[in-house]
Amino acid sequence: MYTFSSKLKTFSFVLMAVGLLGIGYGFLTAPKDIQDVEKILAADAHGSHHEVSNESEGAHAVSAEVKAEAEHTEHLTHVLHQLENKPWSALYVACIFFMLLSLGTLVFYAIQQVAQAGWSPVLFRVMQGITAYLPVGSVFFFVFLLLAGFHVNHIFVWLGEGVTKVGSENYDKIIAGKSGYLNFPFWIVRATVFLLGWNAYRYFSRKNCLAQDEADDNSFYKKNFNISAMFLVFFIVSESIMSWDWIMSLDPHWSSTLFGWYVFASFFVSGITMIAMVTIYLKSKGYLENVNTSHIHDLAKFMFGISVFWTYLWFSQFMLIWYANIPEEITYFVMRIQVYNLPFFGAVVMNFLFPVLILINTDFKRITWILVMASVVILLGHYVDFFNMIMPGTVGGSWFIGVSEIASVLFFLGLFIFVVFSALTKAPLLPKRNPYIEESKHFHY
Amino acid sequence: MSNKVIYAIYNDDDILMDAVKKTRAAHHHIEEVFTPFPVHGLDKAMGLAPTRLAICAFIYGLCGLSFGTWMMNYIMIQDWPQDIGGKPSFSYIDNMPAFVPIMFEETVFFAAHLMVITFYMRSRLWPFKEAENPDVRTTDDHFLMEVAVNDNEEELVSFFQGTGAVEVKVIDKH
Repeated sequence: MYTFSSKLKTFSFVLMAVGLLGIGYGFLTAPKDIQDVEKILAADAHGSHHEVSNESEGAHAVSAEVKAEAEHTEHLTHVLHQLENKPWSALYVACIFFMLLSLGTLVFYAIQQVAQAGWSPVLFRVMQGITAYLPVGSVFFFVFLLLAGFHVNHIFVWLGEGVTKVGSENYDKIIAGKSGYLNFPFWIVRATVFLLGWNAYRYFSRKNCLAQDEADDNSFYKKNFNISAMFLVFFIVSESIMSWDWIMSLDPHWSSTLFGWYVFASFFVSGITMIAMVTIYLKSKGYLENVNTSHIHDLAKFMFGISVFWTYLWFSQFMLIWYANIPEEITYFVMRIQVYNLPFFGAVVMNFLFPVLILINTDFKRITWILVMASVVILLGHYVDFFNMIMPGTVGGSWFIGVSEIASVLFFLGLFIFVVFSALTKAPLLPKRNPYIEESKHFHY
Repeated sequence: MSNKVIYAIYNDDDILMDAVKKTRAAHHHIEEVFTPFPVHGLDKAMGLAPTRLAICAFIYGLCGLSFGTWMMNYIMIQDWPQDIGGKPSFSYIDNMPAFVPIMFEETVFFAAHLMVITFYMRSRLWPFKEAENPDVRTTDDHFLMEVAVNDNEEELVSFFQGTGAVEVKVIDKH
C-alpha cells in the first residue's frame, strides 16, 4: 500500500494556495472599463500612439476626427473584452488540460485492457490513480461551462447575446447559421453526456478491477474487457465532438476536419507522459517493486511514437491550410504565426524536435533523469499547445504568460497531485488476480 | 598446425542455449553458431557486441534530410525561383511546408536503403554468393556450434557430448 508522504501533501496544498492567490490577483487586476484599458495601453504604447493625420480642410478634418474617435473607442472596447477574458482563459486552458490529460490516461488504460497487453498490468493501479482526477476535473470543467453559458464570462463568442438575432448589433450571420448545433442547451447536454460517459467507465472499470482481486474466477476481468471496448467506441465519437464543442467553437468562423484527432493526440501523449512520471516517482520511492526498466522503456517508446503522431497531425492541419491558402481558413494560422509566433513554433520544438532527438536512443529511454526531463518538456509543450488552440480565440493579441496563466496551472497541478496521490493510497499498487499479472511482472524487453 | 574444428549439433534451442553458456563458462572459443531461426538471447549468451546498425541508419537519415533540403533549395529557390501558383519562393523557409514531404521521404529513403546495404556488406551477402552452410540440416531443424580445437580434441569431444549434443564431429577445415 502506498502512503501519501506528508511532504508531497504539503507541496500540493502550497501549489493550490499559491494558485488560488494568483488566480484571484488575475481577476482583480483585470480592467473594468475602457478608461482602465486606455491607461494600460498608454503605459505600454511607448509614445507610438497613432496620431490622427492632420488633414487641413475643415469639415473633412472634423468628420475624420469623429470617425477616429469612434474607431478608438471601438478599439478600446475590443481590447477590454480581451483583457477581461484573459484570467478566464488562463483558468480554462489549465482546467481543460489537466482534465483531458487524465482522460488520455483513461484511454491508454482502456486500450491496454482491450489489447490484452502483457506488459502493462503492473501499471494499472498507477493509471487508475491518475484517472481519479477525471471526476474532480470534470466538475470544475462543467462548472466553467455553466458559467460561460450564464454569461459570467465571454470566452465563447457564439454564446454572446444577440449573436443569432437578426437586427441585433451583435448579429453574426455565420454563427447564426451554425446555431442549430452551437446553442447553449444542446451544447451543455452534450457536455453532460460525455463527462458522465467517461466517468461512468472510470468508475466501473476501477470497481471491477478491485473486485477481480477478491474473485475466484475471471468474470470481472471479462466484464472490464467488454466495457473497455464499448468505452473506446464511445470515446472516439465523443472526443471528436468534444473537440469541436470546447475548443474549435472558440473560433466559430473556422473549422478543420482533423481537429478531433489533433486534440486527441495532444492529450493522449500528455496522459502517457504523466503515467511515466508518476511511475518513475513511485518507483524511486520504492513502491513498485515489479516495475523494471523495460516497463519504463515501453512507456518512453509510446511517448516517442505519439509525439511524432501529434506532429504529423499538427503539420497535416497546418500544411493543408497553408498550401491552399483559402482566406476563410488561413486566418486561423495567420493569427497564430503573426501574434503567437514563439508559442506556435515553440510547441513544435518542445513536442517534436526535443523528444525525438532525446528519446530515439534506446539506452536513454531507460535513464531516469533523461526521461523526467523529456517528460517535463513534453507536458509543458502540450500545455503550450492547448494555449495556442484556446488563447487566440479568446484574448487574441493581448496574450501573455503571466500571473493568471502560471497561477492557474499551479492550482490545477496542486489539485491534480492531491487527488491522484490520495487515490493511490486507496488500493494496493499491484492487481492481485489479473490474468496477465505474472507475465507483466516478468516483462523484459 | 591443422585447422581442426568441432561441430556440436543440437536439436533443441534450449539445449543449445545451455550448451553455449557452458562452453563460455569453460572458456572454449565459439567460432560460430548456425541456427534455422533467430534464437532469442543467443547473442547475449555468446557475448556478441551489440549492433551499431541503428546508429548508421540515424546518420544516413541525416544525410537524406540534408540532401532533400539542398536539392529543393537549389532547384526551387536558387536556380529558378519561379512564381508557381503564388507560392513564396523568396527563401527556403518561406516555402518550407511544401518541401517537408520531400525532406521526410528522402530521410526515410536514405536511412532505410543505406542501412540495408550496410547490412548486406557487413554480413557479406550478395547474389551468387556461395553458401557457407556446414550442415544442410541447420537450415531446417538442427543447431550447430562450431568450436576451434587446439590439441585438446579428446577433452573437447567428451565435453560437448556432455552438453546434450546429438552429434559431435571433428572436421578438418582447409
